Order: sequence, then structure tokens, then C-alpha cells
Amino acid sequence: MDQTLQHLVNGTVLGGTYALLGIGLTLVFGIMRVVNFTHGELYTFGAYMAYALVALLQLDFILSLVLATVLGIGLGAAIELLLLRPMRRADIDSVMLVMIGAALVLQNAEMWAWGGVAKLIPNPFPGEPLVLGPVSVLPLRLFVLAVAAALLLGFWLLLDRTRFGVAMRATFQDPETAALMGVRIGWVNTATFALGSGLAAAAGALLGPVFIVSPTMGDLVGLKAFAIVILGGLGSLPGATIGGFALGYVEEFAGGFVSTEYRDAFGFLLIILVLALRPQGLVPAKERIG
Amino acid sequence: MSGGESANRPGQFMGYALPWGFVALLALVPVVFPDPYLLAVLTSAGIFIIGAISLNLLLGYTGQLSLGHVAFFGLGAYASALATLGFDIAIGFGLRLQVAPQPVWVGFLAAILVAGGFGWLLGRLAFRVRGAFFVILTVCFAQVLRMVALNWVELTQGPMALIGIPGFALWWPGEGVVELTRKDQNYWLVLAVTVLAFLLVRQLVQSRFGRAMVALRANESLARSVGIRVTHYLTVAAVISAGIAGAAGSLFAHYTRIIDPDVFLFIYTVTMVIMVVTGGKGTLWGPVVGGFIFGLMPDLLRGTAPPEVQWVIYGAAMILFVMFLPRGIVPALQALLRRRAA
Amino acid sequence: MSAATPARPLLEVENLAVHIGGLVAIADMSFAVPAGQVVSLIGPNGAGKTTAFNVISGYMRATAGRIRFEGSDLAGLTPERIAARGLTRSFQRSSVFAGCSVFENALMALHLRGRAGLLGALLALPFARREEKQLHAEAEALLALVGLADRAARPADSLAYGEQRRLGIAMAAASRPRLLLLDEPAAGLNPTETEALMALLRALRDQGMTVLLVEHDMAMVMRLSDHIVVLNQGRIIAAGPPDAVRRDKAVIRAYLGSAAEEALHAEA
Repeated sequence: MDQTLQHLVNGTVLGGTYALLGIGLTLVFGIMRVVNFTHGELYTFGAYMAYALVALLQLDFILSLVLATVLGIGLGAAIELLLLRPMRRADIDSVMLVMIGAALVLQNAEMWAWGGVAKLIPNPFPGEPLVLGPVSVLPLRLFVLAVAAALLLGFWLLLDRTRFGVAMRATFQDPETAALMGVRIGWVNTATFALGSGLAAAAGALLGPVFIVSPTMGDLVGLKAFAIVILGGLGSLPGATIGGFALGYVEEFAGGFVSTEYRDAFGFLLIILVLALRPQGLVPAKERIG
Repeated sequence: MSGGESANRPGQFMGYALPWGFVALLALVPVVFPDPYLLAVLTSAGIFIIGAISLNLLLGYTGQLSLGHVAFFGLGAYASALATLGFDIAIGFGLRLQVAPQPVWVGFLAAILVAGGFGWLLGRLAFRVRGAFFVILTVCFAQVLRMVALNWVELTQGPMALIGIPGFALWWPGEGVVELTRKDQNYWLVLAVTVLAFLLVRQLVQSRFGRAMVALRANESLARSVGIRVTHYLTVAAVISAGIAGAAGSLFAHYTRIIDPDVFLFIYTVTMVIMVVTGGKGTLWGPVVGGFIFGLMPDLLRGTAPPEVQWVIYGAAMILFVMFLPRGIVPALQALLRRRAA
Repeated sequence: MSAATPARPLLEVENLAVHIGGLVAIADMSFAVPAGQVVSLIGPNGAGKTTAFNVISGYMRATAGRIRFEGSDLAGLTPERIAARGLTRSFQRSSVFAGCSVFENALMALHLRGRAGLLGALLALPFARREEKQLHAEAEALLALVGLADRAARPADSLAYGEQRRLGIAMAAASRPRLLLLDEPAAGLNPTETEALMALLRALRDQGMTVLLVEHDMAMVMRLSDHIVVLNQGRIIAAGPPDAVRRDKAVIRAYLGSAAEEALHAEA
């Protein structure tokens, strides 16, 4: 029982960042029909930027996280303008290939710039875990969960309450009609991709201090982000949130009770099962976002 | 086919003399330039070209973007290595599965069968889901296999790698059945298998069977309306494609003599995809041309640039080709030749 | 499959209903296509004609009702199985394999005429090679039939519109089906091309093919059809030979609105 509670807490912390990752990816697919292979690289980018700002430039920790996210947004916008905008008429496979190429470039540029040695991001939180009855959790992890939750909430509000959110949802449902109604699809796309990238970078910056920062850290994470959105139904925002937490719990519990070695494999097995049995995901994608 | 192989008939010279002359030249390389480094580079390029040829069947002819192709390569490598090394594992209920070391040709067959079997499985599974879902499913499939290879230590030795894999054994003129240890022998073996794979795929795509695959790619609804069974043709294409990739994996295992779970890395799939896309998907020569370019590039860049830069160049090349020469080099050349001829 | 007795229609559609996400595309449709005839399905846009085609040819599922072809139920069969039984269709749009030559298109459409499998292809068995030769000959004959022999080497999507339509029909007819469903074959054709199309359809009928047609060109429908079924808003409002349908009040109302009906009354 104690163990179960502990796994539940760990799963929630993990799930929060997974949801963050999944939302960015699913949003880009839902609105732009782009399978974004650079998502994991943006995550890595966010972590390295956090490292550079905190460890090298000695900036404030929180400020660094914010700046890393902003830089992620900028990189995302650049990718959209340079690569995706010229490819708007291309078929989905070609766009995927371009994104894979971009991921390859980004990852190896990072490897080149930072070297293969993993980096540590110092953080101002105490290293002693908080103990609450049978459960213990590191303050840093609680902080990560809180920020992830705040970002998720903020994102929902953005979609639900702002004009930009309305434009995005309109584009999601029917790009042609949205365009006729005066929504500037091009900019919605750029903003969507930039925001999705920003969320990935934020997740990287948040998790960087928890784990270590290395050029290949985005590989597994990028694939897991796919697992999350498939689980939830490609293109569904509530689905990505649920999928994120679901994957967090599955990994945590399966890793705890079944097999530690295969911990990371459960997510992928889950995708294969979901795709084989229920290809539309847990939450069908055609439902509205927001 | 649609790339123009059958539409483009520049006569016997282009059809026979040129390709066979090219093969003859390649066969002479070890005699004329017995440089072990060059042979090593060409041999590993050849293994990847076989992989690219097999991927082209799915990616180019049926139009299915399979990004888990390295799974079949890796399965073939492990199947072949394990069959020749022998293994003894628990299979549950207190039972053990013991396999004594087998001759290499058994390993080679096992590689084709195991990879083909998984190709069938993935085909049945994946062709129910299409487009982006299919792509992600294939990526995950390879990833799961990599994790199995990493963690099923009893069978695969995990990250410690399978070592001491025997070399290919073949009858060799004047020597009887010997283990191929020399660079030139392995080179010729890979060249021969590459030519076989090429001929196999050519035979296939120029038949009624290949036409059905291309029809499915060009217009699935229309293809079904003329009676082409989608799942049947896609599954068979997946099986053959996987089987050839498995053969390439087997060659790889017995050539390098050591394999570890990294044979399942996504980057190898990407390499094969780049070869097919830049060379020209859906053309017979595309994977060969692309395979030579990207198979030799790392070694041309060696010494002048670190490996990361090589991969940056790969990635950039992929982007540029897809954006500016989306059909690839071979179709572009064919179009140029046709215009010259006209 | 029971052999079709002369009395039994080739295709029987009984109480067919199709609902798409709460929308009723076809409410209740019953009609039969006797062998050897040209039957037309007409009606205003949105009447459910294309939906009916999609269901009969296996691309959509019926909500209720039954479709029998040569006496056996087609429910649950895939389009490719239905084609193999001898019922094929053409498409309104994208009727050719883009990127492939006209000749390749014809060969692809002859898929069901061949039987060579994997082994035959891989080993280039004599049987497979003979068959391949025969398929090539059939493809040439097919293209000659629709007057596209001189276009064989051209990419199919570079053909003129009318030629693409002709190729599409030739492809649907390539496997020599017993029932051919044509979805607006005359759409976008000029009068000369329409004339050629009618000659082609008559030729196909004379070869023993039964034709079910969805068409807007009334002149063509009236001249070509043996039997006409008129749909409106998912229901059959009239059926019969061209002359009877032409005079049917419900048809006139559906097509021309009440103004025409008044004019008709005034005339009478």
C-alpha cells in the first residue's frame, strides 16, 4: 500500500511533464497535420538552454526556465517559417521526412556544440526529500509538477478564453472555413508550432535539473511523446493530457511491480496495443479541442 | 515502374550492358584496388544498400512510410548470430529452449524467416492503421525490439553485445568450404547478395504483383475497384521487404562478428530512408544511387569533419532533397535523358 | 453462388438505408437491374445516388437493407472482393492512376484478368510470362476500344479531361464485369465526347455488360437507358422506362420545381 501511494505520487509528477510534451505534439498534429519529429529535440534544446543560462551565465533559476522556454518558442517559429511554410502543399510523408531531417540536424548540432558529456543543471531546491507519511518526494519534483500544472492550465485558458485560442480552434476544426472567416492560417500555424515547441522546451528545461542533460535525451522522450498522443488519440488535447498521465502511471507502476528493465518499453507496447485494438485512441481525435 | 523503368526504354545498352558492366567493375575492385579500408567501406555500404533496396519496396512501391525498417535488419542480425552461436534460455514453466550452434547458412535462412515473420505481423497490424499512425507504430516497433535486445540478457547478452559470431562460410574456389575472413571475400559476398536483392525486387515490381503495389500507392480506392486486394499486397510486400532486410542484417552480423542492441537504432532506419529518398523512391536504381552517395559520404568526410557534422549534413541533405528534388536523383536524371533524346 | 435464372435480376437492392452520422443519406431504396440493360439512377444533387454507388460497390456500409448480386448477398464484402465477383465501378473524380502511363493504367486495371502469383513473378515461370504477354495484348485492345491507343506512353494524368474519363471507363470495364457502375461518366464532356461515350457504352452493353449509370445529362440518360430510377432526398420517387419517367409529375416537380409544374398545367 505504501509503495502504491509512492508510485502514485511519482507517476503524477512524471505524468505532468508527459502531458506537457504530449499537448505540444498533438496540437501541432491537430492543427497543422504535421507529425513533428523535432519535438524531442526541442525538449533537449530547452534543457541545454536552461543549462547554459543557469550554469554558464549564472542567471536566476526561474528566470532561466522562462528564457529557455522563450528561446524554444523562437526556434519553433524559425523551423515553421523555414521548413514547414514552404511545405504547406506537400503530402504528409514528405513533411515527415523533412522533420526527421531537421531532428537529425538539431540533435547533432547539439552534440557538436555541447559535446557528448552529460551536464548537470544546479537548482536552488533543497536535496532533502519532503516526507509525508509513507510518501517522500523531492521539492524539485513538486516544483516541476506545479509548473507543469500551471502551464497546462494556462494553455487551456489560452485556447478557451482568447481570440487567438478561438482562431486556433477554428483552424483545428476546418482550416478552409476558418480562412474564409478571416483567420490567417499561416500565422496560426506559425504560432501553433512555436507554442508546441515552447511547451517541449519548457518540459526539457523543467526536467533537465531532475535528470541529466545529454544530446540524446530527446530520443526516448520524443518517442514517448508519440506514445502519449497515440494513447490519447492523435490531435486530441484532452486525450494528450490523459495520455500523459496514463503513461506516467503505467511506467511507474509497471516499472515498480513488473519489471524495472522494461520500464521504458511499456509505453511503446501500450501504443502497439492501442493502435491494434483502438486505432482512434482513447479519446477520438475528431472531437473538438478545448 | 512509375519512376519510368518500363516507360523509359533507352535500348539494350541501358537495360543490360550498363548495369552488368557496373557490377563487373565493382567485382574487379578488390583485384585492382586491394585496399582493405576501401573494401571495408564498400562492404558496409553494400549492406546498407541491400537494406535500402528492401525499404524501397515498401516506401517507394507501396508508398508506405515504414520508419521501423531497422527492426527487420536487427532481427535478422540477432537471429543469424544466435542461430550460429547457439543459445539456452528459459521459456517459462520451467522449460528451457536449447539450440546448438548451427552452420551459417542456417543462420542466414533463420534471419530471413524471422524478419519476414515479423514483417507479416507488422503488416497485419499496421496496415489496419494508415498514415501518421502507421509511421509512429513502425518507429515504436523498432524501439520495443531494441529494449528487448537490451534487457533480455539471457538471450542477447544485452549491452555486453553478442561476440565471437562466426564469419560466413561458403564454398570457395580452390579452398573448399571455408569461413570467409578476408575483406575481399566478404566484399564479393555482399556484392552478390546485393545483386540478388536487386534482381529479386526488379522481378517483383515489373510483374503483375508489382503493378498491384504501385496501383495501391497511386490511388487506393481505384485500385480496390479493379479488384486489387489491399491488405494482401501490402502484407506480402512487407514480408518480402522484411525478409531482404533480415538477410542484410545477417550479412552484417557475420561480417562485423559482433552485434549489440544499437543495431535497432532509429538512425539506421533514417539512413536507409535518406538513401531511398535521395536516390529516388519507387525506382529500381534509386536506392543503389542513394546508397552509394550516403554509404560513402561518412568516409569521404572522415578526417575533415567530426561524425556529428556528417549527420548534420545527412539531415540537411534529406531536407534539401525532399524540398527541392522530391522525386530523387534517378527520376530527375531519367527526365533529363528523355528530354535529351526527344 | 446460384446461377442467375433469366427471370432473376442481376442486381437487387432491397430496402436499402444509409445513415451517415445522424444524417439520412438514403431512407429506403429498392430497385433492380435486369441483366443486359442500361439502368440509370437520376435525381437532384444530394439525392443519394453516389451514396448508393458507394454502398453497392463496397466502399460504404449500409445501415439497413440488402444488396444481392446474381442472387448472393454482398453485405460485408470489400470492394476488391465485389470486383472479383464481377461488379466494378468508375469514379467521378481521380479516375486514373496518376504518375503512371496510360498503358500501365490499362495493365493495372486488368489485374483480375491475370492470376500469376508471387512465385510466378519471382521465378519468371513460363506460365507467368505467357500471361504477361496476353495481358499486354488485352491492354492494347482495351486502349484501342476507347480510342487511346496512340496515347499509351503518355502519363495518364496528362491526358485531356475527356480522355481521362474514357480511360477511367475502360479501366472499370477492363476485367469484363457483368455489372458496370458508372458515376457521372458524361460530366464535363462536350457534345462530341458525349456522343462517343454513348457509343462506347452501347458497345459495352452489346458485349454483354449490364450498366448502372448515375448521370446528370438528361438527354443522354433518356436516349441510352432501358430503365430509369429517380431519387429525391434519399427516396425513390419514380421508376420506369424513359418515356414514363419523362412524364412523371413527381419527377418534374423534383427537377424543375413548381414553376415548371404550373407551366405544365397551363399547357394542359
